[in-house]
Amino acid sequence: MGDMRIGGRNNVLLTGRVDKPVMMLANGFGCDQNMWRLVAPALAADFRVVLFDHVGSGRAEPSAWQPERYATLDGYVEDILRICHELELNDVVFVGHSVSAMMGVLAAIAEPERFRQLILIGPSPRYVDDAAYRGGFSESDIDELLESLESNYLGWSAAMAPVIMGNPDRPELGQELANSFCRTDPQAARVFARTTFLSDNRTDLAKVTVPTLILQCSSDVIAPLEVGAYVHAQIPASTLVTLPATGHCPHLSAPAATVAAIRAFAVDDGP
Amino acid sequence: MGRDQRDEPKNPVAPAPGGETDFAVFSSLLEDNAEDLYENAPCGYLSTLLDGRIAKVNKTLLNWLGYSRDELVGRRSFSDLLNVGGKLYYETHLAPLLSMQGEVGGVALEMRAADGTRLPVLVTSAVKSDNAGEPILIRTTIFDARDRRAYERELLRAREEADRERARLQDLVVTLQRSLLPPVLPVVPGLDAAAHYYAASPDELGGDFYDLFPLSGTSWGLFLGDVCGKGARAAALTSLIRYTLRTAAVYDGDPATVLRTLNTALHEQYLRDDRSFCTVIFGVLSSDGDGFTVTLVRGGHSVPLLMRADGTADYLPMPLGPLIGAWADVVFTPTTIRLAPGDTLLLFTDGLTEARAPTTEPSGRYGDEALRAFVRDLAPSTAGTAVTAIIALLDSLGDGRQDDAAVLALGVPDNPLPSSA
Repeated sequence: MGDMRIGGRNNVLLTGRVDKPVMMLANGFGCDQNMWRLVAPALAADFRVVLFDHVGSGRAEPSAWQPERYATLDGYVEDILRICHELELNDVVFVGHSVSAMMGVLAAIAEPERFRQLILIGPSPRYVDDAAYRGGFSESDIDELLESLESNYLGWSAAMAPVIMGNPDRPELGQELANSFCRTDPQAARVFARTTFLSDNRTDLAKVTVPTLILQCSSDVIAPLEVGAYVHAQIPASTLVTLPATGHCPHLSAPAATVAAIRAFAVDDGP
Repeated sequence: MGRDQRDEPKNPVAPAPGGETDFAVFSSLLEDNAEDLYENAPCGYLSTLLDGRIAKVNKTLLNWLGYSRDELVGRRSFSDLLNVGGKLYYETHLAPLLSMQGEVGGVALEMRAADGTRLPVLVTSAVKSDNAGEPILIRTTIFDARDRRAYERELLRAREEADRERARLQDLVVTLQRSLLPPVLPVVPGLDAAAHYYAASPDELGGDFYDLFPLSGTSWGLFLGDVCGKGARAAALTSLIRYTLRTAAVYDGDPATVLRTLNTALHEQYLRDDRSFCTVIFGVLSSDGDGFTVTLVRGGHSVPLLMRADGTADYLPMPLGPLIGAWADVVFTPTTIRLAPGDTLLLFTDGLTEARAPTTEPSGRYGDEALRAFVRDLAPSTAGTAVTAIIALLDSLGDGRQDDAAVLALGVPDNPLPSSA
C-alpha cells in the first residue's frame, strides 16, 4: 500500500496495492476525482488505483488548458494515454464514468494492447437525438445546460482559483471553499460541456476489441436504458449489468453495488 | 373598525405585569403555526427521497408551479420539475455534490410550471439523516428568483457587451499599430534587415516606431524612436513623426536636416502640449561596393549597438543630440560608419533595457550593460539571428516587460552569393 501523489498536468494520485493490477478511474463531466471517494478505498484492496483530474477541472494544471485542444475528446484521450506512458501503466483496467467512458473507448482503440478491460459507467456515444437514434436530448437542451453553467459558478471564485489550483500539494487551501469538488473554470466547463454533449462516437464502439463491462443505472436521465443497450449491442465483447440505482452516478448513490459489479468483472475475471 | 387581537399588547416584548392572557396571545403568535409556516412560507419547500421522488411539498411551491399535491408526491422527482438543461446540471453537479458534502446552496435553476411557464429559482438543498447517520431525505428550499435572474441576465449582457467592446478595441489597436509600422521591410540589395515590435498591452497603442524605406536607387532612409506616452495621442504623434521623417528625407537627404525639420514640426505642437516630444535615431544607408556607408544622427535616443564581423561588439559612440520637439533651435551632429560584410547594426528602444529583470543592477532593470554582454555573446551575427535572439530575450523577461519595445537590425551578409568561378 502506498499513496503517491504524482500531481502534474492531470493531478495524478496513485493509491492501493503496488503488487496488484492497474485500475484507472476517470470521472465524467461535472466534478473531479473526488467522485470516486466512496468506491476507491474498496477497490484499493485489489488494484493499484490511478486517479486523476481532466485538464480544465479539479486540480489539474490550469496552464495546461487550451480551448482548441479540449474542444474534442481527442485532447482528453491523449492525456489519458500520456499518463499511461509516463507511469508505464500496462494491462490497465480503465473505468470511465459518463463522457470518460467514451474516452476509454477511444484510448482502447488507439492502444488496445495497453488495456486489459474497459468498464463503462453510464456510457452514451451520443447525447443528441439523430434520426432513429435516441440519445435523449436535443441541441437546444444542451444550450440550456450551457445557460445553467453560465449562471452557476459553483465553487469557483476567480480570485481564489489561482491560489487553490496552483497549489495541488496544499489541499487545505481549497477546503474553505464549499462545492470545491465541482470547481471548474467556467470557460473550461463550457468547452467541456460542449465536447461532452455534442460528440458522436457511435461508429467507434464496434472497433473496441478489449473485453468491456457496461454498468447501467436502472433510472438515469443522462444515459437511459436504451442507450446502454445500444452500447452493449455495438461493442462486440461486452457485458451489460444494470444496477438498481437512481441517477447518473452509481459510484455515489450505490457504491457497494458498483464495487461488487466492478470486482465481479475485473477480479473474478472468467476463463 | 374593530380592534384586532394583535393590537392589544402595547409593547409585545414586555407584556404588562399580570397580563397573562396577553402573554399567551403573544407567545402563540410568536410560535406561529408550524404547519402553516411550512405550507405558506414565503419560499418553496420540497423533500425528496434519495431516489429523487417527491415526498413532501408545501403550498407555496404548488401555487407557484400550478400543480396539485397528488400530481407531485410519490409520482414526480425534483429533476422532473426542472428544464432539461437544469436536469443535466442537477445530475452532473448537484446530485454528486449532495452525495459528497451533504448540502449545496445558492444554485440558480429554472423550474417548469404545469402550464409550461418557467420559474427562475435559487435552490438550496441539504441531506437529512436518521439517528444512525444514514441519509433518508433531501430537503430543498426554493426561492423565487425572477427579479434576481433578470438582473443577472442584465449583468451578463453587460459583460458580453464589454467583452465585445474590448475585442473591438484590441482589433483597432492591432490595426492602428500595424499602420504605424512597415508591414514588411523593403528588400535592400546586399543588406539583411530584420525588425520586431513587442506590444506590452493588447488594449493600448504603444509609442515605439521604426521604418526602413528607399530614397534613391542606392540609398535608403531608416529610423527608430519612441514618443512620449502611449495611447491614441501617442499614435497620432507617431503618425506625424513617421510622415514628416519620410517626406523630409525625400526632400533633403541630409540626416541632420531631416531631424531639424522633424524638430520644427514637433516643437510647434509642443508649445500647445508639452508631451509632444520624442527620441529618435535617423540615418541614411548608401551602398558602397560590398557594404554600406551609414550616416546617423540621434535626438535623445539610446545609442545603437554595432557587432563587427570579427566578433567584437559595443555601443556606437555618437553625440547624444537633443530630445526632438522640446526646443526651438537644435543642432545635430552626424556620425558616419561603414557596415562591412559580417557587420550588424542593432537599434532598439528602452522598452528592452528598462524591462524589470533579475539583475545585479540597483535599478532592477535589465540595463545597458546586460544588453552589451548579451550582444557580445551573439557577435558576429546577422540581422535575422540578432532579432530572433532579442525576441527570445524579451520572452525570457516575461512580466518584466512593462513597456513596448522595438528593435531594428541591419547587417551586411558575410558571404555574398558565390560568384560563378
